[in-house]
Amino acid sequence: MSNNEQTLRFCSSAIMMRIKTPKNGRVRRELEKRAPKLVETGKKTLILQGTKTSGTLNGVLSEIYHLKKGGAVRFTRKNDNIRPFESGGEASLEFFSLKTDCSLFVYGSHSKKRPNNLVIGRMYDHHVYDLVEVGVENFKSIESFNYDKKMAPRVGSKPFIAFVGEGFENVDELKHLKEVLLDLLRGEVVENINLAGVDRAYVCTAISLNKVYLTHCALRLKKSGTVVPRMELVEVGPSMDLVVRRHRLPNEGLRKEAMRTAKDQPKKKVKNVSSDAIEGTIGKIYIPDQKVGDVALPNKAKGVKRERREAKKKEANERASKKQREESE
Amino acid sequence: MEMEMEMEMETQKPFQVDVGNLLAFNPFHNFSSLPTSRDELVKECLEEGTKLIQAVADGLFNLPSTEDVDGPLVKLPPPATKLPREKHLPKPKPPTKWEEFAKKKGITKRKKDKVVWDEQTGTWKRRFGYDRVHDDKDIPIIEAKMTDEPGEDPFAKRQDDKKKRVEKQEKNRLQNLKQAAKLGALPSHVQLAATALPITGTQAPPKKVTKDELGNVAGMAATSTASGGKFDRKLPGEKPAKKQGKHRKFLPVVEGSGIGSREKEQTDNVLNKLISKHSHEILNIGKAVTMYNVKKEKKARNRKNQEGKSSSTSNKLKPKKQLHKKAAKKGPESSKKRKAK
Repeated sequence: MSNNEQTLRFCSSAIMMRIKTPKNGRVRRELEKRAPKLVETGKKTLILQGTKTSGTLNGVLSEIYHLKKGGAVRFTRKNDNIRPFESGGEASLEFFSLKTDCSLFVYGSHSKKRPNNLVIGRMYDHHVYDLVEVGVENFKSIESFNYDKKMAPRVGSKPFIAFVGEGFENVDELKHLKEVLLDLLRGEVVENINLAGVDRAYVCTAISLNKVYLTHCALRLKKSGTVVPRMELVEVGPSMDLVVRRHRLPNEGLRKEAMRTAKDQPKKKVKNVSSDAIEGTIGKIYIPDQKVGDVALPNKAKGVKRERREAKKKEANERASKKQREESE
Repeated sequence: MEMEMEMEMETQKPFQVDVGNLLAFNPFHNFSSLPTSRDELVKECLEEGTKLIQAVADGLFNLPSTEDVDGPLVKLPPPATKLPREKHLPKPKPPTKWEEFAKKKGITKRKKDKVVWDEQTGTWKRRFGYDRVHDDKDIPIIEAKMTDEPGEDPFAKRQDDKKKRVEKQEKNRLQNLKQAAKLGALPSHVQLAATALPITGTQAPPKKVTKDELGNVAGMAATSTASGGKFDRKLPGEKPAKKQGKHRKFLPVVEGSGIGSREKEQTDNVLNKLISKHSHEILNIGKAVTMYNVKKEKKARNRKNQEGKSSSTSNKLKPKKQLHKKAAKKGPESSKKRKAK
């Protein structure tokens, strides 16, 4: 981005300031996508790992990435300077979040004290907002499930999410985990949804005071008497037990600021677009006056060629007649 | 037993359903005793999940739907569960100095046409851009006024005035952006960057500090403290300062019995190098030979340049016979040189 900037130097009172604007339309659109919006659509997730990972943890991270294919970034190198729960160890995470524009992160690491550790965190303004640390047990990957492949959920479809258990209401840590999981599994926030396209569901059950069983299922809609079809769940995707280890709640001030919403503003009128009951959305396109006669023809039309042939013939005739005249003279 | 269960289910029916998020929460379920096998557990979880998702689907499929190409489209209600934002709310742009002035004076914006009628050529020309209406280069004659000085070029003066106006406009634009940046409402595609400190003396370009230099700055500043920065409190994640300068190794004050006399070794090494006790080991014969050859060739080349081409062939044909004798002679010579050093 730094190569495509237009710079304007100007010497102000004390400090020299420079206005940098993007020279490229593509860069400008990217910057606008990353700017803070009034109403937010989905958050992107950053998936990365620490110094050591185990086989199961690798599987977990790659499957989470697969589940969130459209809105996730996967880093494969090890990052030994990231320690989310320590005060100085978040700088690298915040830098990555800023550069990739991700507000959710999943950090996996494996050690003897905390085996198969997963830290799920959220960012506010690219600074760490809150963290939940869980351990993964009894992980079953997508490959280990047998199901009819035609029913497999498509990438990017909006999932149903179900939380079961009184633990999610009573236990502080599970309440926090519920909120974070909802944010992680939600996907894009959309206004309209196609009823034919709902095909996945996540089920999280609180098994005990600190354990949650999370599984990903495909949906089968079966005919029932009413408009509402009968739902059937078939386990397809990864299933794992999450054991809550540590968590950090956001401080009150930050939480209040992050939960603020703006009152709904009237939608900006889009120009040249109107909607009709019969035809739907209609757009108007203005084209300048086409001067059909003046445009140069790209392919030499046959007529043009014939003209040249005839002109040549005429010339030849004239020359011949001239010669005749000369001879006669 | 079944009746009891049914009654329990009915009284505990109220799941918390949030159709906007496609979310359902059952806060009343608990495992009174964990099922023995994993499969049983999974089955029970799926059953409970199915019930919840059925409840969400009930809400979802009963929404008014519009027909679309791919299938029925429903408009989701806004999500009920509030989740924290990922970025701060965008702040409204503060009015620029001109906008404030216009509001005070009551000046309204007027829509301008893209083309303007040009009297001079009698056509419609652009308001700005390539072939525009009031271009400076289209003016043939400028009439002199009484207030004009005699030696002044009015065309150059017009151009200078325009440049000054443009500069003033840019200054104002920068001030407006700075004001917006102060309030945190800079437009997303604009970045303000401070280039350098004000130019005081020479017009030197600002020196870019590298990452390594920045890391050493704290260490450099620490050496100016009384204790050399040894007891300064370090920030988390700060690396200890790298030692600058020569690395000197000092021998321990009190030597143990098993180490041997390291000091004696050290002094022996130094003395040997000075006196060259093992002088034949010091000399690198190969290097001496090449040095001699190079010197000789250089001399020959110089002579060739002075005399011409006649000496070159004779030099090449001459056998180099005195080489080894001179190498032997070089022994004591080189050691003498070392001594002198």
